[in-house]
Amino acid sequence: MSAPTEAAASLPPLPGHGGRGEPVLQVRDLVKHFPVMSRGVVRRRVGDVHAVCGVSFDLYENETLGLVGESGSGKTTVSRTILNLETATSGRVRYRGHELTELSRRRMRPLRRELQIVFQDPYASLDPRISVHDIVAEPLRIHGRYGPEAAGEVRELLRLVGLNPEHANRFAHEFSGGQRQRIGIARALALRPKVVVLDEPVSALDVSIQAGVLNLLMDLQGELGLSFLFVAHDLSVMRHVARRVAVMYLGRLVEVAPAATLFARPAHPYTQALVSAIPLPDPRKERARRRIVVQGDVPSPVRPPSGCRFRTRCPKFAHQLTDAERTACVEQVPELADRGGGHPVACHYAESVALL
Amino acid sequence: MTDSVLEVHDLNVEFPTEDGTVRAVRGVGYRLERGESLGIVGESGSGKSVTALAVMGLLPGTARVRGSVRFEGTELLGLSDARLSDLRGSGVAMIFQDPMTSLNPVYSVGYQISETLLRHNPGMRSRAARARAVELLGTVGIPSPERRVDNYPHELSGGMRQRVVIAIAMANDPDVIIADEPTTALDVTVQAQILEALETARAETGAALVLITHDLGVVAGHTDRVAVMYAGRIVETGSVEDIFYTPRMPYTLGLLGSLPRLDREEERLTPITGSPPSLLNLPPGCPFAPRCPLRRETCDRTEPPLRPAGHAAHLSACHFADELVGTGAGEVFDTAGADTEALARFADTAAQAPSTHAEEDPA
Repeated sequence: MSAPTEAAASLPPLPGHGGRGEPVLQVRDLVKHFPVMSRGVVRRRVGDVHAVCGVSFDLYENETLGLVGESGSGKTTVSRTILNLETATSGRVRYRGHELTELSRRRMRPLRRELQIVFQDPYASLDPRISVHDIVAEPLRIHGRYGPEAAGEVRELLRLVGLNPEHANRFAHEFSGGQRQRIGIARALALRPKVVVLDEPVSALDVSIQAGVLNLLMDLQGELGLSFLFVAHDLSVMRHVARRVAVMYLGRLVEVAPAATLFARPAHPYTQALVSAIPLPDPRKERARRRIVVQGDVPSPVRPPSGCRFRTRCPKFAHQLTDAERTACVEQVPELADRGGGHPVACHYAESVALL
Repeated sequence: MTDSVLEVHDLNVEFPTEDGTVRAVRGVGYRLERGESLGIVGESGSGKSVTALAVMGLLPGTARVRGSVRFEGTELLGLSDARLSDLRGSGVAMIFQDPMTSLNPVYSVGYQISETLLRHNPGMRSRAARARAVELLGTVGIPSPERRVDNYPHELSGGMRQRVVIAIAMANDPDVIIADEPTTALDVTVQAQILEALETARAETGAALVLITHDLGVVAGHTDRVAVMYAGRIVETGSVEDIFYTPRMPYTLGLLGSLPRLDREEERLTPITGSPPSLLNLPPGCPFAPRCPLRRETCDRTEPPLRPAGHAAHLSACHFADELVGTGAGEVFDTAGADTEALARFADTAAQAPSTHAEEDPA
């Protein structure tokens, strides 16, 4: 195999996506389908859930990239597939010269030190039967780094995430949701990773608790120069933590832009609908806002609409376009490309709108 | 001139458990004028849902409920179940969080809407009820209602189901609609649709609204007044402007400061340290004191009553409410994230650590 020579080269970064520095993780045309089986004794494959369809992005050094989308958009599948926790149907995931999608579990293992994940549910993701010390030390043990200083390291990790190291002998159930999520973060940091995928890390928490975890994550990212892929459905959280944001709808990226641009002047009708649907905790502003309300619900990913997947709910498609213009939406998949707004948008008729 | 439809006075709810008595609601009172909307906000376990269930008489028999709930002058607490059933739906209607569990899976949605109509309109024919059901489904924004009326709940999406629940709630032209986290289970774009349907329902029926939610943004856009609950009590209440622009209870201030906002540049959030107290054996004093940056000795001794702060209609339960005049959340609360010293040490050792990069030969 020509892997060693190929390993030296990283892929050319995606133009216009607004990244700075060196890309550490590069995702190209990632596809993940899940089979749909028939019922009955003989189960046959009757179709596919098109969870992720051709997603490409670069995660740069020392940045937080937000991946935002509603339920069923495929954002969690993206995060699991790029870490090789799910096998990609096709596409490439390049990390420091390694093609992750081609690696076996065994070959993937040494790389797992550098690629970590924090899960959404702090109740399900921590082993209830072992102490917090053992939870945080587990990655060290697995990777053969549990030396004489490990106990001190674990204490230091707990202190780092704002927990009392004296509580290391307690069990996960003795902690609140916010504290558990901090334990999950300490575990993810134990091996000093380069890239951390955060899959909805705060969505299970009450806002007053969530704020502390967000502050913690921002400090860690800034101080340690980590690359975060922050997956969430909450746009307000994204606005706060991410430098760049990628918006996902039904398995595809629809818009990628620096956070400030994306929220000030979203260009894709779906992004616009999302931004205008987020309520602002400010009565005067909230009542004076212009709303772009979409119709209906997200279509089934088993049979996604042809052409642009958002067209069935798109207010622009429904109210502004002529029949001739609509043909493009029905027949052609809009590519994620810069259409004059300075950042890539996957809409044939993209147009920046100020909403806030 | 006061025309209140719903008056809750000194409501207390206790649940006896093996470990002791859980005081879920402690002296909650509010008054709802005709057509007005009141938002009740609070985090998980603050007692906001239990308050609503107590008003509707829907708590389990083990709950001990004291106080007074008056609907158009009639005392609801202690009323027989039959009398309450007459009022539920026609007087006070309720919308629950999870439309999958509040709809019956074995009946079509049309049947379930007709059922509520027929229950309160004895003279109504079933054909007329069905026609009205179709009309109501159309009102709440369900496309092709004449087809959807025969669907079962599982055939509808979460947003559609919640619209059906709203249709049922408005079917008998209630005077009060209590919506308990009506959009929490839904995606934001669908949430926007449901809130719009709820506004339509209010406009059609002229009903007053009690909107229970943890989402301060939803409250900002859809209610006239707000009550903030903490540890089973209302700790601050006033107009939306009072609460959002001049909060006088540290908890409210902290809550507002902890919200990441879409309309603001990056700003440090103010987490509230600690967790809400257990409502079992609540210690004396202000229940927020252990998490409060303004805490003094008095706070641990006496629980502050709800009293005017600023003006007569803006009430706050804090001994030091006046100190919050003109302060921002960032000035009162600590904005800590990571432990700074530990972070510096960790960053140092990270720099010294040998590269963890796997250098094995791929062959």
